[in-house]
Amino acid sequence: MTVEELREVAETERARQGKFRHRITYCSAAGCASCGGIAVHEALAKALKARNLENEVELAGTGCMGLCGEGPLVRIVGDGTLYQRVDVAVVEKIIEEHIVLGKKVAENLVDTADPFFASQVKIVLENCGTTDSEKIDDYIAAGGYEALARAVTELQPAGVVEEIRKSGLRGRGGAGYPTGLKWGIVRKAPGEQKYVVCNADEGDPGAFMDRSVLEGDPHRVLEGMAIGGYAVGASQGFIYVRAEYPLAIERLRLAIKHAERAGLLGNRIFDSQFNFRIDIRIGAGAFVCGEETALIRSIEGKRGRPRPRPPYPSEKGLWGAPTLINNVETFANIAPIIRKGGAWFAAIGTPKSTGTKVFALAGKIRNTGLIEVPMGIPLRKIIFDIGGGTPEGTTFKAAQTGGPSGGCIPAESLDLPVDYESLATVGSIMGSGGLIVMDSTSNMVDVAKYFMDFCVDESCGKCVPCRVGTVHIHGLLEKISEGRGTTDDLALLEELCQMVKDTSLCGLGQSAPNPVLSTLRFFRHEYTELLHAPEGYVPSGTVNEKSTTQ
Amino acid sequence: MPPTSQEKTHPSGDNRFKLLDRAITKHQSRGDALIEVLHVAQGIFGFLDNDLLIYVARSLKLPLSRVYGVATFYHFFTLKPKGKHTFVLCTGTACYVKGASAIQKAVEHHCGVRFGQTTPDNQISLVSARCVGSCGRAPVAVLDDAVAGKLTPETAVGKIGEWQLISGEVAA
Repeated sequence: MTVEELREVAETERARQGKFRHRITYCSAAGCASCGGIAVHEALAKALKARNLENEVELAGTGCMGLCGEGPLVRIVGDGTLYQRVDVAVVEKIIEEHIVLGKKVAENLVDTADPFFASQVKIVLENCGTTDSEKIDDYIAAGGYEALARAVTELQPAGVVEEIRKSGLRGRGGAGYPTGLKWGIVRKAPGEQKYVVCNADEGDPGAFMDRSVLEGDPHRVLEGMAIGGYAVGASQGFIYVRAEYPLAIERLRLAIKHAERAGLLGNRIFDSQFNFRIDIRIGAGAFVCGEETALIRSIEGKRGRPRPRPPYPSEKGLWGAPTLINNVETFANIAPIIRKGGAWFAAIGTPKSTGTKVFALAGKIRNTGLIEVPMGIPLRKIIFDIGGGTPEGTTFKAAQTGGPSGGCIPAESLDLPVDYESLATVGSIMGSGGLIVMDSTSNMVDVAKYFMDFCVDESCGKCVPCRVGTVHIHGLLEKISEGRGTTDDLALLEELCQMVKDTSLCGLGQSAPNPVLSTLRFFRHEYTELLHAPEGYVPSGTVNEKSTTQ
Repeated sequence: MPPTSQEKTHPSGDNRFKLLDRAITKHQSRGDALIEVLHVAQGIFGFLDNDLLIYVARSLKLPLSRVYGVATFYHFFTLKPKGKHTFVLCTGTACYVKGASAIQKAVEHHCGVRFGQTTPDNQISLVSARCVGSCGRAPVAVLDDAVAGKLTPETAVGKIGEWQLISGEVAA
């Protein structure tokens, strides 16, 4: 395909879509599919057919529309109407009243002027909810693959890296390493063969951002990877997806097939010397494989165990070759940056944390779902304006970011701007974007125990501090939460946490004590009031049962 | 290039090995395709028993220790047969905060086995997952590949009851 052909495909597709009187999109991602979304799709198709409206109304299955807690969601694209809690009966009403008579169905209407929508800025999720996740032409019509065309035909590889550097984009996997710097290192690393790897092993419990991007807009990730390949001089890419995401894997497979058929992946892309292939590698349920060196070993077909760094994968990665590893969301940001320029991206967010961040909002909060906000937005705004606050009758207690590697942010710090540095000052991390809200009914010692239980199970066993330390931290937490702990146990707990943090081999172990340390920092009284608890004493919040997970 | 075993039939005469061979050939019997091959093997046979692991090791020219090591390292692979139905309870943070542990208790009580086990009649396997990524609908469970959200202990037990009712009718 040439650049002219790409524009032609976009024009043809836009003209085709323009012929329809209406375009109805429904969420075809996992969230809505789990609450009757598939039946809604069938009902929509049937209702349109019954009224002979198939040539007037186009139906498209798109990515996540955000408000997952109120699904299934259906959108009438032309006037921006969004319907929630749609079922077969509501579908009939929408078609009969809205499409035929032009009258909105009031009872299922979502107020799109609500801060939930109004406070968001969409870059990564710009196509989610409007373009069909399974049609490449739809993606192209929305400006897709134009960035790849621009990179390959107009820019030098160094120019691409420079544009990314200018954008100030930082790794969205959680650690926030400057993406441009990483690309530059891989580009300059000596070696004939280089690889691009996309980390889609979204392991943090409570995080579903990458899943939503892969299910809703898979081509965006492929395009970002291809641009990465061009910039660093790699001809092969791997995307490592966890096996728990079957729909994402299916959509990716389809997207790769379509892109190859269109000549957007494969040999001589846009009639240049640039060749790029992408293969999918499926994970097998190991949290540690989200760590880059463990992920590399897993792609090589081995046990996913990390190794000490340096050498970093940028120098010695997959099969010893220089390897560019970025997270799904990082790659999803690449195409817009190349299309609109690094300066445009750098103007969004804060000077040190540019752009936007996608968060998966869940837990004890009214609006659960997927949101994208500019960096630097105060946490209060996310939780109370966008999230609508905690459910009736409870008060906000803490927000947990970064999953098992992160920490809890208490109510006092609600005005904290959400960026990499600020979150670190309160002992948490940006993480990949899971944001779990806890209210007054959550007991923080139990929360810490829950995360430690996770780390015990997921420790790969290679280094002693993590393998043995997590088990003992968990044991101490258990002892304390059962009211058998002493002040000595609390001191031992803190000492042990520090030791595991300082001496573990990889990120998993180094960050495993974070949930304990951060709850100790802000909710110490919940620990101390459990020490020597007299009989019949009721601790604050409900004590959940220990989750036994094998 | 190692010889492909496509022409030979497995000594047991089990035709499912032909399917597995096809996957192995597709990956050119490369050792680094081990995880992919194990995924296919588990998909075909349901679980990975010792004979199967030996077969994979020979086909990919890998030491059995390496194959066994990989198969036991990853949670996704199971070396024991699964029940007719699987109930996968999500124990991710969002589900935890929203009361997954109460569901866990109720389901374990109803089935008489713990999570990670299968009922003695081989009907229901209880599995816990770290996060299935449907946090917006927490607490969720995956019942035979269908995700069910906003569960309560009662609805969860009710769904299992439906399975038992169906299999009871079939048996009768």
